[in-house]
Amino acid sequence: MHSLTFDVIRRSLEEVGSTVVIIFLGTVLLEGLLYVVLGRVFKSKYTIPFMLLGPAIVGLLALIVYPLAWEFNLSLTNMSLRHFGDKAQYTWVACQTLDPSKIDSYLTDCLIKNYANVFRLPVLKQAYFFPVFFKTILWTVSNVFFHVLGGLGLAILLNRPMRGRGLYRAILILPWAIPQVIAVLAWRGEFHFEYGFLNIILRDLGMTPIKWMTDPTWNFVAMVLVNVWLGIPFMMVILLGGLQSISGEFYEAAEIDGASNFQQFTNITLPLLRPVMTPAIVLGTIWTFNNFNVPFFINQNELESSDILVTALFRAAFQYNRYGFAAAFAFVIFVILLLYSIFYIRVTGGLKEVYE
Amino acid sequence: MKTEKNWFAWFFSAKRGDSPFKRLLIHLTLIFASIIAVYPVLRVLSVSLRPGDRLLSTSLALIPADATLQNYITVLVEKDFLLWIWNSLAITISTAIIGVILSSTSAYAFSRWKFPGRTVGLIFLLATQMIPGAMLMVPLFILAVKLHLVGTYRGLVIAYSVGAIPFSVWILKGYYDTIPRDLEEAALIDGATRISAFYRIILPLSTPALAIVFLFNFMQAWNDFLLARVLLANATEIWTWPLGLQQLQGQFQTAWGQFAAASIMVMIPVVALFLYSSKYLISGLTLGGVKG
Repeated sequence: MHSLTFDVIRRSLEEVGSTVVIIFLGTVLLEGLLYVVLGRVFKSKYTIPFMLLGPAIVGLLALIVYPLAWEFNLSLTNMSLRHFGDKAQYTWVACQTLDPSKIDSYLTDCLIKNYANVFRLPVLKQAYFFPVFFKTILWTVSNVFFHVLGGLGLAILLNRPMRGRGLYRAILILPWAIPQVIAVLAWRGEFHFEYGFLNIILRDLGMTPIKWMTDPTWNFVAMVLVNVWLGIPFMMVILLGGLQSISGEFYEAAEIDGASNFQQFTNITLPLLRPVMTPAIVLGTIWTFNNFNVPFFINQNELESSDILVTALFRAAFQYNRYGFAAAFAFVIFVILLLYSIFYIRVTGGLKEVYE
Repeated sequence: MKTEKNWFAWFFSAKRGDSPFKRLLIHLTLIFASIIAVYPVLRVLSVSLRPGDRLLSTSLALIPADATLQNYITVLVEKDFLLWIWNSLAITISTAIIGVILSSTSAYAFSRWKFPGRTVGLIFLLATQMIPGAMLMVPLFILAVKLHLVGTYRGLVIAYSVGAIPFSVWILKGYYDTIPRDLEEAALIDGATRISAFYRIILPLSTPALAIVFLFNFMQAWNDFLLARVLLANATEIWTWPLGLQQLQGQFQTAWGQFAAASIMVMIPVVALFLYSSKYLISGLTLGGVKG
């Protein structure tokens, strides 16, 4: 136990404050350097934009690009807790020194061994890559489907003059507003077999309580339930904003032409909602695919059947300490997401503004 | 008017002259949805009010019969709760400040200049949003070990503020794009430099967007579990609240009430802030979303 004493406050302020000062001074230094180099030596007409960008570029290079490059290098090594400081990498040179009679292929047994292992060995203790991958797709699709369905339904109901509209909106937004860690941990308690409210209600209704934490299927259902609960408000709010921007004149015109409610929905509401809905769905898909908190916490007993790719990645790295393997695994996941986004960009042309 | 055969369409369509029956149905649906949204939260409140010896009960009463604030007192006095909150605040506020400083200037460059590499840069920023959090954990952890940044505030602050740059730049760029260039050009004619035009004209005009970005960065860091867990590990004296709460929840049988009390205390200010600022947050989100 550590209490919050004056000393602790002073120490933390010193550390945090010095960090801010260091970054600030580093920024000033960098600006000066860029000014001298670009402005005075090269006389570039882009001196000012690069001065403005400098600090962010350095930060991103140091904390995203460099770690990624380093991780790629790591994915070609056998680094694990047992080989933390070893230099024994799967380089071409190292591969050449292996006994050719013991290995089938230099490529898959040595150089890109980790990548090959992602597909041919279990990524966890027992679960293989493809079952986990299909589980992740099932998880993403079912979540996004219910998010859009629930969000659209509520948004349409709220998009009309009515009493208590603001109040409903404030209450319905609540699952999004509370910190996700709290929501997920609270739900985790509620899936307790004996004392969670879901099972208490089931028992009161005379039904058999569900083993949320130990039954693989129900554990997965529990994960989806929690994430649907968490994700509907975001969709609702975004889609409500989209609905409100649709002018009422369209509906009046359609009414005069004798269009039915359903026709109005499919021919006016949905098409005009698309510009808002498409980015929201893509964003939602990536967030769900990468969601860590829900599958990690709801899966209290570490059932491998409830792991999705990102939690499996975390376990491979930080529970089984297979760093080299985890790095390769991470790149496989990243490529999947990248392919998805390229596909999305191709289909919708969603990045047009970037090229302006 | 012709009778509507499609019940579904009848229910969801919005018309001025809705019948009272339909309005009642809509209200019932919304009330039902509201109960689902709010009930788990009320349960947390109810558990937090339970006395220690009645922690595990199968009662569904929202306010337990013998409600007590004992759990709140225990969390505040006997647990590290205040320390966790302090740590989170120290880390989060400095993160948000640094994040705004780094992203506000870069976004200006993206908004006003067509420098070489601009398109690549914007796409790169977008691509970073696809990197799974767990992916960067491995190299960041090992780098932090080598740089002796594990178990320090500094490591977390730096990692959070850089991690917040891409999203912030997108939002701010979108906002700067809406500010007419004439304003700066007028200032330039009057003899101001590019930089002073930025500080004197653009930044003050962008206060709402800067506030959104500050809030986003704040929330992001405030709610983060994964990076804190990896970078703080066993350094319990600088744990942030998500780590502390996870530990309390782990002792489900004994500390459920304390976990619930701590949750309520973390939740109330965050929810208040969120509801108060939700209009701006959402406008920021859609701006970034539609532009991106």
